[in-house]
Amino acid sequence: MDKVIIAQNLSLSYKEFETIISKASFSIDAGSFVFITGASGSGKSTLLKSFYGAIEPKQGQLSVGGVNMNRISTSKLNFLRRHIGIVFQDYKLIKEWTIEKNVMLPLIISGYTSDVSGTQVQKLLGHVKLIHQAGKYPLELSGGEQQRVAMARALAHNPILILADEPTGNLDEYSSSVIWSLLEGANTQLKTTVVVVTHHIPEELNVPYKHYHIDAGNINEIA
Amino acid sequence: MKSLKNHISLIIALFTVLASVQIYVAVDRTIAAYETRLKDDYSVIVVSNKAFVPSEFKSMSSMIERSEPISTAQVLDRLKGEMSQKNLDLLRLTLPKFYRIYLNRYPSPKEINNLQRLLQRNPAIERVEGFAQTHDTIYKLMLLFKNVVQVFSIAIAAVTSLLILKEMRLWQFQHAERMSIMALFGAPVWLRSAVLFRLAIVDAIIATIILCLAFYVIDYYGFLITQLKAVGISVQLFNFVNDSLRSLGIALGISVALTFMIVIFPNEED
Ligand SMILES: Nc1ncnc2c1ncn2[C@@H]1O[C@H](COP(=O)(O)OP(=O)(O)O)[C@@H](O)[C@H]1O
Ligand SMILES: [Mg+2]
Repeated sequence: MDKVIIAQNLSLSYKEFETIISKASFSIDAGSFVFITGASGSGKSTLLKSFYGAIEPKQGQLSVGGVNMNRISTSKLNFLRRHIGIVFQDYKLIKEWTIEKNVMLPLIISGYTSDVSGTQVQKLLGHVKLIHQAGKYPLELSGGEQQRVAMARALAHNPILILADEPTGNLDEYSSSVIWSLLEGANTQLKTTVVVVTHHIPEELNVPYKHYHIDAGNINEIA
Repeated sequence: MKSLKNHISLIIALFTVLASVQIYVAVDRTIAAYETRLKDDYSVIVVSNKAFVPSEFKSMSSMIERSEPISTAQVLDRLKGEMSQKNLDLLRLTLPKFYRIYLNRYPSPKEINNLQRLLQRNPAIERVEGFAQTHDTIYKLMLLFKNVVQVFSIAIAAVTSLLILKEMRLWQFQHAERMSIMALFGAPVWLRSAVLFRLAIVDAIIATIILCLAFYVIDYYGFLITQLKAVGISVQLFNFVNDSLRSLGIALGISVALTFMIVIFPNEED
């Protein structure tokens, strides 16, 4: 089976004499659904950051989508990111843009024509139940609605990999269930690889998944 | 809108540069017009003992535009009553020939001296009067003024460029969040910075329009023109097509180049 992410003796840290992830070796299969759990401050977000190139490996090897993340060039990184969909815990929506344009962002970056991206955005806004909010601005929406917008944006360009950092962290039940069903749908229908950092693995999920737990810098697979 | 303030400071800065360039151009034009007037009034007087045809003078120096003989008939006429016809004829034969030489531009005192020496090399020419010592003082003052304006324009351009850079850093800071989000989705740097370029271009166009309006008003109400007319200079201070195009070019050039600078050399990496 193809691997989307391969880590060998991967160490991550922000400062010289600290270790957040220490010599971790693991791999993530293409099309799989992966949960990452761990205590607060254990390095879950840091690990995700290394997957989208926001932090470089301190030691060891990391490859994402076949791209070597060690000393990656800016243009290569931009290329890789155009095939990844990220959902951030703090949404990271562009507050000067409408909901519609926010969802369109990955399509704008990939240079799709406006009619192609318009159709796609309408479809996604339908999936996240926000059609009626399309013309509003992020700050006019509730947290749950903003996260659904972020979810739609992460799916807009049909990425090969979705990285979600506590996407349902403190959301209402309805928004959480919309997000889980979208992640599940992307994984089962589009064979998108999904990596989710979370505190609770939802019980209603109907897909086989792998579960890694971070503890004291080590990444352990939980059977 | 809080960004309006930033727009205004960039527009004012660009306008200042454009205005100082336009003032320099207007001064240059005024001096050129004054030079034409001086040139038309200015001539060198040559006294020779042989007759010259205009082409002979023209071949002596490329500065010489045309020449005309000064008639001695008037002087001789006045002597008619006092001298016999025979003596007058004799005088007419021995009297030297006078010529007035016009140049194709207003010469500097040094050029006058050089020309004078050049003409005197011809054995037939007895005397050359170039009036170098009465060289126009107003003209010299105007040239000095032009140099001052030039230095001033350069200084203004340098200082305002620094101000614009600072202003754009502020923009970059204001748009940093959006730009970093775009980066997370793989937007190349030019796409992330497109908003900065758009602002720079819009402000350059606005600054140019304001400049055109300002100079149009000055030209239209003509207070400067009238004053210049009074000293015999007719000049167009603002040429709508040329000057507005040049101003637009300068404004766009400065603002786009400075945007490039802050995009290529970001303040800090995140
Ligand atoms: N940008 C940063 N610079 C320095 N240290 C950081 C930075 N981000 C996170 N850390 C530190 O790294 C550790 C792991 O953080 P993080 O990956 O955000 O944890 P988690 O997502 O599991 O809660 C924490 O001790 C945190 O303080
Ligand atoms: Mg985190």
